[in-house]
Amino acid sequence: MKLTFSIRGVGALLVAAALLFAPLILAEQNYLLRVLITGITYAIAVYGLNIILGFTGQLSLAHGGFFGIGVYTMGLLTTDYDWSFWGALLAAIVLTTVVGFLAGLLALRTREAYFAVFTMALGLIIYMIISRWEDVTHAYSGVLGVKLPENIGPLDFSEPATYYYLLLVFLAAAAYVTYTLRVSNVGRRLLAIRTSEDLASSIGINVGLNKQLAFTASAGFAGLGGALFASAEGFIGPNSSSIDLTFELLMFLLVGGVATVMGPIVGTLLVLALFEAFQDFQAYRFILLGPVIIALVIYAPQGLIGRLNELTLRWKRRRAAAPKTPAGPPDSDSPADPNDEKAEVR
Amino acid sequence: MLMQVRGLSKTFGGLHAVEDVSFDIAEGEITAIIGPNGAGKSTLFNLITGFYRPTAGSVTFKAKDITGHPAHRTAQAGVARTFQTTKLFEHSSIAENVLAGCAAGSRSTLIDAVFRTPRHRREEKASMDKTLELLEFTGILEFKDEIAANVPHEVQKRAAVALALATEPELLLLDEPAAGITEDETARFGQLIRQIVARGVTVGLVEHKMSLIMSLADSILVLDQGRRIAWGTPEEVRSDPRVIEAYLGAGSQGSTSQEDGIQERTPGQGA
Repeated sequence: MKLTFSIRGVGALLVAAALLFAPLILAEQNYLLRVLITGITYAIAVYGLNIILGFTGQLSLAHGGFFGIGVYTMGLLTTDYDWSFWGALLAAIVLTTVVGFLAGLLALRTREAYFAVFTMALGLIIYMIISRWEDVTHAYSGVLGVKLPENIGPLDFSEPATYYYLLLVFLAAAAYVTYTLRVSNVGRRLLAIRTSEDLASSIGINVGLNKQLAFTASAGFAGLGGALFASAEGFIGPNSSSIDLTFELLMFLLVGGVATVMGPIVGTLLVLALFEAFQDFQAYRFILLGPVIIALVIYAPQGLIGRLNELTLRWKRRRAAAPKTPAGPPDSDSPADPNDEKAEVR
Repeated sequence: MLMQVRGLSKTFGGLHAVEDVSFDIAEGEITAIIGPNGAGKSTLFNLITGFYRPTAGSVTFKAKDITGHPAHRTAQAGVARTFQTTKLFEHSSIAENVLAGCAAGSRSTLIDAVFRTPRHRREEKASMDKTLELLEFTGILEFKDEIAANVPHEVQKRAAVALALATEPELLLLDEPAAGITEDETARFGQLIRQIVARGVTVGLVEHKMSLIMSLADSILVLDQGRRIAWGTPEEVRSDPRVIEAYLGAGSQGSTSQEDGIQERTPGQGA
């Protein structure tokens, strides 16, 4: 465990370091920093999707919609109603959480494909409201002048790098919550539900309640991501709540790896980087990306991070097994492995 | 009586899957439920454990009425079960499976986990200790880091038991624990069931293998077409003409060949 953890830990540290130093490296390239900022707001929403899809195994297609609620709460409150950034941020989180909770009460009566279809319909309804309710949302005219965070002491958030670091704090919080989920009983309950709802309830897990909580929290993170996105962009339109966005978030998560800690951020930034690289091809980029994604789903269905975790685990086992069975077949699946055991107990 | 079942019935559409079944499970004993395929054994299990809601009748556990309680509440009350098709969290390691059983009963919330409160750390430690103890008890400690889907069938069966025991039940219901394992393995499993009882956990089991039942059970409930046709000690049940008829069809005798012959044969009985 120790060894695996340290390999994973080093990987996580590398990603963290890269994110920390990115503004210095990209000092002269504000465009790329902006892409990175957008990517991080998406990634926060992807961490939300990860809770309900990755841990609990329910494919929610409403997350573009929840993201949109966050976007518009921030966008409308800080412009038409002149709220402060922080007030609007809190309102966005609360509103998406409440909407997520209420939606969950209905949506979670369904399962699997029906749940996916139900939540997709929900996402479409949210998009409809945002794109049609012109009096309130300004529909396709969009909203201009969404506020950046008010300065805190010497911190001036109109400086992209400063705003970037604020986003990193939220991103780290989302990743940390995911990490604690992975290693705690709360997460184990959710993972149990993903594998088998019957088995989960047979060991005393309240499947309905846990799914409800997961979906609610999941929506909250999507709303947080959306609110930060609105502030970062300054200008918002209905597309930030569309079903296309739902599928993009889904793709980020699948590429990075469901139920992993680093998957959402790595997947999001990687796919966005590919989008940028293929930008010249515009409409054709999916012709190139499509096969890449299909290959990933076939050869690494756990996503990149999931695959890496598997490889480190296997490597660790082989090392643990090597000194013990010099003559035997190098079959890491063979039952007894006392060395491994000792390493693992503590 | 640890559990009392009275007049339990379940109708699916027009079909009486279980009809007016009454029996008791005595504390510290092994109660077996047998019967031909389609007799309603698994349905009865599902009714007792809250996976199905009974159409009529009552289930009382430790003098409390638990009729129609949802499955997770029944489990929390102290009734654990395994499934006929061995269910495990198959992409997780054996140890993680048992940890899931500990997690289910845990009281710590995400807030505890995020802030690593003392309660959280205490529970994590206790869960890990309990897991190792249960893996040792069920004899599969050496498989603890293997992925559940990759271990031999017998180990999976034992892991399912360890997972159920992790919820600290007072009654453990095993649905065909010896299905699909060899005679040797079955005998060893019988040993394990005895040890479970010695641990203070009452056992109820649905089983087809008469060799296992006859040597283990303190009392046997025999179902046929959803109805109780016999209930008593193995000796009483073995010599009951209705049981012999249900298993071997009218006209057959030979209570000696019963032991193995009973298993899959249900001539003339339909389902």
